[in-house]
Amino acid sequence: MRPPTRDRIIETRAVTKRFPGRKGLFRSSAGVSAVNEVSLDIRRGETFSIVGESGCGKSTLARLLVRLLPPSGGEVLYEGNDISSLSDAEMRRLRKDLQFVFQDPFSSLNPRMTVGALIEEPMKVHTSLSRAERRRKVADLLARVGLRPAFANRYPHEFSGGQRQRIGIARALASGPRVIVGDEPVSALDVSVQAQVINLLEDLKDEFDLTLILIAHDLAVIRHMSDRIAVMYLGEIVELAPNDALFERPLHPYTQALMRAIPIASPHGRSMNVSLTGDVPSPLSPPSGCRFHPRCPQATSLCASEKPVLTGAGTGRAVACHHWETIAESTQAPVREPPRSTIAERRFALFRQRSQRQEPVTAATETENQAFREE
Amino acid sequence: MRPEREPHAAPVLSVDNLALRFKGAPANIIDGISFDVRPGETLCIVGESGCGKSVTALSLMGLLPRSVAQVMSGRAMFGDRDLLTLSQRTMADLRGNTISMIFQEPMTSLNPSYRIGDQIAEVVLRHRNVTGADARRRARDMLERVRIPAAASRLNDYPHELSGGMRQRVMIAMALANDPAVLIADEPTTALDVTIQAQIIDLIEELQKETGTALIMITHDLGVVAEIADRVCVMYAGHIVEDGPVETIFDDPQHPYTIGLMSSVPSVGPRSGRLATIAGMVPAIDDMPTGCRFTPRCPFAQENCALSPPVLDQHGPSHRAACHYAPLETVFAETGS
Repeated sequence: MRPPTRDRIIETRAVTKRFPGRKGLFRSSAGVSAVNEVSLDIRRGETFSIVGESGCGKSTLARLLVRLLPPSGGEVLYEGNDISSLSDAEMRRLRKDLQFVFQDPFSSLNPRMTVGALIEEPMKVHTSLSRAERRRKVADLLARVGLRPAFANRYPHEFSGGQRQRIGIARALASGPRVIVGDEPVSALDVSVQAQVINLLEDLKDEFDLTLILIAHDLAVIRHMSDRIAVMYLGEIVELAPNDALFERPLHPYTQALMRAIPIASPHGRSMNVSLTGDVPSPLSPPSGCRFHPRCPQATSLCASEKPVLTGAGTGRAVACHHWETIAESTQAPVREPPRSTIAERRFALFRQRSQRQEPVTAATETENQAFREE
Repeated sequence: MRPEREPHAAPVLSVDNLALRFKGAPANIIDGISFDVRPGETLCIVGESGCGKSVTALSLMGLLPRSVAQVMSGRAMFGDRDLLTLSQRTMADLRGNTISMIFQEPMTSLNPSYRIGDQIAEVVLRHRNVTGADARRRARDMLERVRIPAAASRLNDYPHELSGGMRQRVMIAMALANDPAVLIADEPTTALDVTIQAQIIDLIEELQKETGTALIMITHDLGVVAEIADRVCVMYAGHIVEDGPVETIFDDPQHPYTIGLMSSVPSVGPRSGRLATIAGMVPAIDDMPTGCRFTPRCPFAQENCALSPPVLDQHGPSHRAACHYAPLETVFAETGS
């Protein structure tokens, strides 16, 4: 039952994930709450990104959203239905719709299965296609992600990182999903290959009407791909805003610090600024009040004692900071890349034009010279 | 402001026509590269994985066994000595002393079973004629200089007790403990979060300003390059395809690979359409293209590109690029809009 007009595809209500601590005979350690009472909506067809530094809980939140992890508290709704407690059969049906692309294409593909079998497997589970139909669809999907259909007979180790990520994407698409979560899907790839995979993800999103949830630490990738962005710190969302708004006028002091730390790829850009000292505190014993207060340049005594809630801050945005209004008055300049020189622009345009005329950029051409088995 | 440069000072390290080949490989992994670095200068070596940037660093440090990586040609003059011909014993005297290196993953380069204070002191004791107490004092000073809070008590920590950023600070403290003339940093911030990366880059810049060390920074991140470099070498498949001052490389990129690399990086400014891409990927060593090694991926490639390797031509003051057709706009016209 899915009312097609509903614009929110996934919702969370105060979803929490606690990982239990160790229980030992002599020593026990407390649990960690990796995600703490997060409430957000994901809209149908958007690219929703979650950013934050390591240990902030972004990967855990992504897994909660598609029920790769059961929440310890709160609710996760998919198409309006709570998916926190489902039977196995219901879970299987859900998995068809909600797929995941992992960061490390080297460890997320079973090395003993052929690429064809890897991509076919979700179809066996989720569809009633015949063997021949499945084979045809495997070939289609391989071609669609820029690989040769003949690669179906080869094994994952025969491929480069970029190609393996394409295989992972083809596998995620095989069940005909509606939502794909990418957990750092391009961060293990080289710059030129990263651009290929980013473009591929964007094309596939349009073609298959997907909702994309993206986890990344690279703010330039986030900037390029997202519609809306949630910034996480120590298991909580501190700011949520549309892409342009967040980068043009970050409201939360943590978001502001992140923006200032981005290195700009131009020698004429502003220097990055070290406004955050110290490390992210351990989530085992999060600070009182606002979890960011020990590192926050604007913190007051209120911040140490009282936890700010995520509240509306203008169109489509929310921020969790006691002082965002006063801080916003002294806003910093938006993150900008200064314009390129005229001659550099001209050469970029030439490159773009001519590279589009090259044989379509497919990873299939990558291993042209290597011998491989044809069926 | 960038650290003080001494543009006219003699290079502290001068690599000339270095070529390396792994035993049994059909082609050179490093194929005739040359670069200089001067006191106080930061040279960034940029390129994707497999382009040979780390191999270059390891060979300069004497960390590649010569039985495995054969020197096919070239010299690496460090003062009046050629690093490529020094004995292992002499190299061991230089390493960590006058030339040192920091790596991407500090956890794997620190010994997990020794206290960090002892590890730093060991580097000092190995190269200097000092007492244990002096070495330990030096270790504490170094931890303070890399801005580790409560340095004196941190000396007794084990590496696992430190965060990634702190470990990288310890690596830097160790690398700089003997005031090296050259510091090679291989992707030192790649494993770190963006705010920690900013701290480490800032620290490296400041310490460099204080000590006048020449820095060779290996990175794939053009943002880091723009932030820290004085001069840039762009490497592709074992060749330097372009080099020059950092402003020139960004404002007047000549080689199609440099141009492709820059236009395939997403911008942090407002979105401007699809990313440009470079077709295919870096070639494997057993599949090295002839002529210009970028030919199979180059959207401007012509027949002669695969036949004759281009040499580094001068395109301005200390700006060189290895492309038969640079500047591109003089050869290739934009097709109608």
